[in-house]
Amino acid sequence: MSHFAPPRLSLRAVAVWRRNFLVWRKIAIPSILGNLADPMIYMFGLGYGLGGLLPEALPAFGGGSYIAFLAAGTVCASTMNAASFETLYSAFARMDVQKTWEAIMNGPVALDDVMLGELFWAAAKATLSGVAILIVVALLGLVQSPLALWAIPAIFLTGLAFAAPGLIVTALAPSYDYFMYYFTLFVTPMTLLSGVFFPLDQLPAGIQAVSQMLPLTHAVALIRPLLFGQVPETPLLHIAVLAGLALACFWIALGLTRRRLLS
Amino acid sequence: MAAPLEVRDLRKRYGDREVVAGISFALAKGECFGLLGPNGAGKTTTLRCCLGLTTPDAGTIAMVGEPVPARAREARERVGVVPQFDNLDPDFSAAENLLVFGRYFAIDDATLRARIPRLLEFAGLASKTDANIRTLSGGMKRRLTLARALINDPDLLVLDEPTTGLDPQARHLIWERLQGLLADGKTILLTTHFMEEAERLCHRLAIMDEGRIIAEGTPQALIAQHIPVSPSPLRPANLEDVFLELTGRDLRD
Ligand SMILES: Nc1ncnc2c1ncn2[C@@H]1O[C@H](COP(=O)(O)OP(=O)(O)OP(=O)(O)O)[C@@H](O)[C@H]1O
Ligand SMILES: [Mg+2]
Repeated sequence: MSHFAPPRLSLRAVAVWRRNFLVWRKIAIPSILGNLADPMIYMFGLGYGLGGLLPEALPAFGGGSYIAFLAAGTVCASTMNAASFETLYSAFARMDVQKTWEAIMNGPVALDDVMLGELFWAAAKATLSGVAILIVVALLGLVQSPLALWAIPAIFLTGLAFAAPGLIVTALAPSYDYFMYYFTLFVTPMTLLSGVFFPLDQLPAGIQAVSQMLPLTHAVALIRPLLFGQVPETPLLHIAVLAGLALACFWIALGLTRRRLLS
Repeated sequence: MAAPLEVRDLRKRYGDREVVAGISFALAKGECFGLLGPNGAGKTTTLRCCLGLTTPDAGTIAMVGEPVPARAREARERVGVVPQFDNLDPDFSAAENLLVFGRYFAIDDATLRARIPRLLEFAGLASKTDANIRTLSGGMKRRLTLARALINDPDLLVLDEPTTGLDPQARHLIWERLQGLLADGKTILLTTHFMEEAERLCHRLAIMDEGRIIAEGTPQALIAQHIPVSPSPLRPANLEDVFLELTGRDLRD
């Protein structure tokens, strides 16, 4: 079907990205603080509250404290959440409510460029979320080595990997109300099954197999060791899963959005 | 030079209704061509197909010499668009709207910053440079949308009901501006429900009904051909008489 023809991308996507950046710049500070508040509450609440009940330096937590273990997971979960929110609520507002995409396409910009700009914008905003937590974590002395800097590109890749499926949901959603299903049926369960809050080997074997198929598991497996000053065990596998997911989902999202807007 | 727009045997179907049922027309450089027709006739769909925003089922389109939809992105570089419903960016001021839109054309900021005050002046919005879009009246938004369509100094303007919802003052201002643009050598394709607008601005028009073009020609020729005798002894026949004669008096949607 022609809607699913390969993307025809151009550098005009940069202007789309820049448009979103310009809007964001006006509300940058409250936006960053707002994005930090929620994950911080969880991290400190669970990290110190629950972590205080546990002995220090459990092998299950990579030999560190529970809060260090949780902090790394929170970086990943927060990146995922930010990418999802941006591509669901914010992108839907631009596509459907404000008709921003339509306006952009009145200029010499194809839908393909618009969506590429949105993908990279959401990934950038997600990176900001993830890195903001990374900075807080580093200030608390919970980061072990400069290897943690490698977490930044990994966070960006995680952003792409969750922005792309978000765009699929947006392409299919009749209204905002449907986004709740994506979060309750997909995002929240995944957060619990991907080793964000506790090590995966706490799960029954059958569920562990499911966990290995979840993108967030791969993001955590890539990013947590980096914060602990270790090289991840199978980095190429995790990178391939995240990049593959981003590519495949972007293609599908583009096809569905072409069908929705250009029919 | 290639014709600004050439459409042949265009067809578009939604469900089991053929909304555009095989229409052909062409615009010559410097002319204003009007597309008239009752609600639901298929005017907006035709325009969207021409711009590459709706994929047609059949037919060929060449806009500013580029095949559409294949090279619609390139074609739109030299076209200005006023859509039926305003889609200004509510997150920006009037001037920022023009700046951000100009960047989609990859026009450098220095050129844009020089053009923007002139365009705002042209649209009678110089005092609204930094005003938020949400604070503008309907007429101001329409004028800003027209100014936005000119940011790339286009050869062809595609205007979908540019004056609907405007008061007479605003409508006259837009007519004057459009006449100025025609005098500058620009080509205009417009749709309208105002027969007076069509008579004043359009060199040629096509009347569409149920996806087909049922009449085409200069306003004078259409009047002479279809209304040889004025329906009222008190005034000469006009385009409205032609329109009602050809499309009937029943409501369409
Ligand atoms: N995306 C769509 N999906 C289904 N039907 C559509 C779609 N777009 C337009 N239509 C239908 O196609 C017909 C023609 O619509 P179009 O907007 O082209 O008419 P128009 O001549 O511009 O009318 P108006 O003067 O009211 O603007 C209408 O019946 C409309 O409901
Ligand atoms: Mg219309």
